[in-house]
Amino acid sequence: MPSTPLQLTAKDFKSDQEVRWCPGCGDYSILASMQRFLPELGIPREKIVFISGIGCSSRFPYYLNTYGMHSIHGRAPAIATGLSVSRPDLQTWVITGDGDALSIGGNHLIHALRRNVNLKILLFNNKIYGLTKGQYSPTSEVGKITKSTPSGSADYPFNPISLALGAEASFVARTIDSDNKHLTSVLRAAAEHQGSAFVEIYQNCNIFNDNAFEVLKDNETRDNYLIRLEHGEPLKFGKDSQFSVTHPAGSFGLTVEESPTAEALVHDAHQEDPAYAFALSRLAGPDLRYTPIGIFRSITRPSYDEIVRGQVARAKEKAAGNSPEADLTALLNSGDTWTIL
Amino acid sequence: MTTPKHVQQLDRVVIRFAGDSGDGMQLTGDRFTSETAQLGNDISTLPNFPAEIRAPAGTLPGVSSFQVAFADYDILTPGDAPNVLVAMNPAALKANLAELRKGATIIVNTDEFSKRNLQKVGYETNPLEDDSLAGYDVHQVGLTSMTVGALEGHPVSKKDAERAKNMFALGLLSWLYSRPYESTMTFLERKFAARPELVAANKAAFSAGWSFGETTEGFAVRYEVAPAHMRPGNYRNITGNTALALGLVAAGVRSKLPVFLGAYPITPASDILHELSKHKKLGVTTVQAEDEIAAIGVALGAAYGGALGVTTTSGPGVALKGETISLAVALELPLVIVDVQRAGPSTGLPTKTEQADLNMALFGRHGEAPVAIVAPQSPADCFYAALEACRIAITYRTPVILLSDGYVANGSEPWLLPEVSDLPDLQTTFAEGPNGEDGKFYPYLRDPQTLARPWAVPGVAGLEHRIGGLEKADKTGDISYDPANHDFMVRTRAARIEAIDVPDIEVEDPSETANVLVLGWGSTYGPIGAAARALRQRGLNVAQAHLRHLNPLPKNLGEVLKSYDKVVIPEMNLGQLAHVIRARYLIDVVAYNQVRGMPFTSSQLESMLEEVIKNA
Ligand code: SF4
Repeated sequence: MPSTPLQLTAKDFKSDQEVRWCPGCGDYSILASMQRFLPELGIPREKIVFISGIGCSSRFPYYLNTYGMHSIHGRAPAIATGLSVSRPDLQTWVITGDGDALSIGGNHLIHALRRNVNLKILLFNNKIYGLTKGQYSPTSEVGKITKSTPSGSADYPFNPISLALGAEASFVARTIDSDNKHLTSVLRAAAEHQGSAFVEIYQNCNIFNDNAFEVLKDNETRDNYLIRLEHGEPLKFGKDSQFSVTHPAGSFGLTVEESPTAEALVHDAHQEDPAYAFALSRLAGPDLRYTPIGIFRSITRPSYDEIVRGQVARAKEKAAGNSPEADLTALLNSGDTWTIL
Repeated sequence: MTTPKHVQQLDRVVIRFAGDSGDGMQLTGDRFTSETAQLGNDISTLPNFPAEIRAPAGTLPGVSSFQVAFADYDILTPGDAPNVLVAMNPAALKANLAELRKGATIIVNTDEFSKRNLQKVGYETNPLEDDSLAGYDVHQVGLTSMTVGALEGHPVSKKDAERAKNMFALGLLSWLYSRPYESTMTFLERKFAARPELVAANKAAFSAGWSFGETTEGFAVRYEVAPAHMRPGNYRNITGNTALALGLVAAGVRSKLPVFLGAYPITPASDILHELSKHKKLGVTTVQAEDEIAAIGVALGAAYGGALGVTTTSGPGVALKGETISLAVALELPLVIVDVQRAGPSTGLPTKTEQADLNMALFGRHGEAPVAIVAPQSPADCFYAALEACRIAITYRTPVILLSDGYVANGSEPWLLPEVSDLPDLQTTFAEGPNGEDGKFYPYLRDPQTLARPWAVPGVAGLEHRIGGLEKADKTGDISYDPANHDFMVRTRAARIEAIDVPDIEVEDPSETANVLVLGWGSTYGPIGAAARALRQRGLNVAQAHLRHLNPLPKNLGEVLKSYDKVVIPEMNLGQLAHVIRARYLIDVVAYNQVRGMPFTSSQLESMLEEVIKNA
């Protein structure tokens, strides 16, 4: 630890590369929030690494003056796993999108989450393919008309939060590109989490899927559409707090009741059983009405990194005192050996 | 009372143990090999087993065998035709008989020659009763019943007693060839440590087999094979996969880098993962990834962080890893990809050998993505080939494909154990500060000698930079779409591989007058060498050269090849190296190809080469 606190500012995290997203893209606000947030961590720049896949969002690492790798489509969680496990001194972030993480890289995402690798995974969800110019994505609505689906997409979409919970993620959150304050609070919690932190960020692609999340941003609609999750607070929302999230007797799921007297559930992000967080993730309909944002789930579970490194450390401890050369000599000479004079 | 036996000296013996996949033939062969090694013979082994863990009992596809050759001189192959076949059932006899020469010894387990078992493999009459085995030295032994009889009074189930028949067979063969048995006793104590009754039963079965040989009149002659003249030193018998794993561990120690393996289980490479997972003490981390792509991904991520990143697989896995290998080419990071080749395409013959991934290793990626390629020539050589692959990867910051195959991976031979301090020093340095004359850091500024870029691992203040799959500008590594820069970078990446320092190829030609050269690569070294020796003993001259580096090729290769009238290239593929040699040096080589899932026999190479020499 440095003896004097690091005096870094947002500017220190800007790289010298020209940012090349379309003007108006939601990625700009996420980048700005990230650059403002990073100094708060107190971690020197060289100890932070951003690893991304392919897609508009995956250009993110180029614009941050930390270490970074823009890798290949869908594979960032795997590459980041190798880095994170071998370099515990670094803080490793994964930047991905709905196509990168849920389509081509779905397998790596779910396995990173179940292992609880010490990664902060930010999934920029714009419900469309941007970089390949506008095909539907695994989070696009059924019937979505795009260049590759002129008659409407036949695919049923993933709900990324439900998917992450099903994949045993220990930290699952959602936030919105334009809400700097909320976004920052979620980044902060993700950065503090030990193990995989999965954050879905609703991100506007103003070129191919403009206003996909507008009802959650518009002053007129957002209060009645958004449920802000705060651990320990009752799940009441709406312009006049007229909505409550309740658990109807005999039902597996949760529901929203419009009644000032309804008994709202108190949000508990630390429940071991993921069923509650899963039920929360199912509240929103296709029209985005009743979309929870914030931390759905945050539980404590040993990270994969800790377990793997612990095994290596314990094996080394047992060998304490021997040089690696001596250990190697013993290893080569193990088993049935014989001597020719 | 033991019958006095005549003892005969032999210079070389080839034994094949064959039985059902559940009969423990691999273990029996392994033990016999170990006993033989203790005696100081030179050895070469060839396991051959089905892909199924337990194919239907008693059927031809279920036959598993283990061949071991041992001699009082140095040998290069496990031998073509066995002198002795141990057949545990009719299927084992039927599957192997065609490879025996007349006069060979056959020891059969008569207890398994029931009508039903004979029918299963299509024997209409019992070959032990008709004259189909005339001309062979057949020993009919009730291996199962005698084992069960010998274990009477032992507190083991009938099934466990019957299972011990492989130890009875091992005891008999150990007696027949005068093998020391102490190592097998110790082995049994270790293997069945948790069940002392099985230790006792298996030891008793072994002793019963030994005594049977001593007392029966059926075996009038006992054999001895004197120790080979081998270089002094400590030896152990080693399979290619184990040697390869140890080579990787050694490379970690000699480079002072932590070894980080990402792997997905696949035949015949999984044993490398198993072996490496045992060596955490030496700083080895292993990750069993969710798939082949993730396996190379974690290895590359670790390499980015400064570890010695390795991934191990077989052909289908390399196909899946192709995109990540290309990324590693663009990132210019050290990475070792081990391909233990098996017969393809697709699942092919997963437990059988082939050399058909050379094209994929050379060309199987998108874009111009050259990598270095190294191939081991024998089981023990896998150790040194692994060190060499790591040397190239570390020195030149490049992916290296190590092309092993099922034959060297599962085969074994005695290995003269090296001194750790004699192994190559693989230490390298990470970037520590700016490298530009202007005091800035340039991630793609190259070493003028090796053309390697700095290995700039995260964590160093002031060197923060971004790398990726997009084309990079020379020196700065920034994204560049400039046509001239792309052309320059593609050529530079190719030049970087060509610049790798590999030793000149050496030619072995005792006559110094041969006009036919036989060129091989990888695991064909043994059979080619044995064929060349046999030809020379018969007064025919042939030169032999063997490639360890397939990319880049040795600088003197073209000149060497051009100095012969004829160049012959035997390969276990349809002519992949031959194709490269023709294209590169405009030499019309003779391609000799076989893809039977089995190594060449030296005798087939001998006759083929004889033809070429006579017509040269
Ligand atoms: S295509 Fe869409 S997501 Fe991509 S940069 Fe443009 S606006 Fe952003």
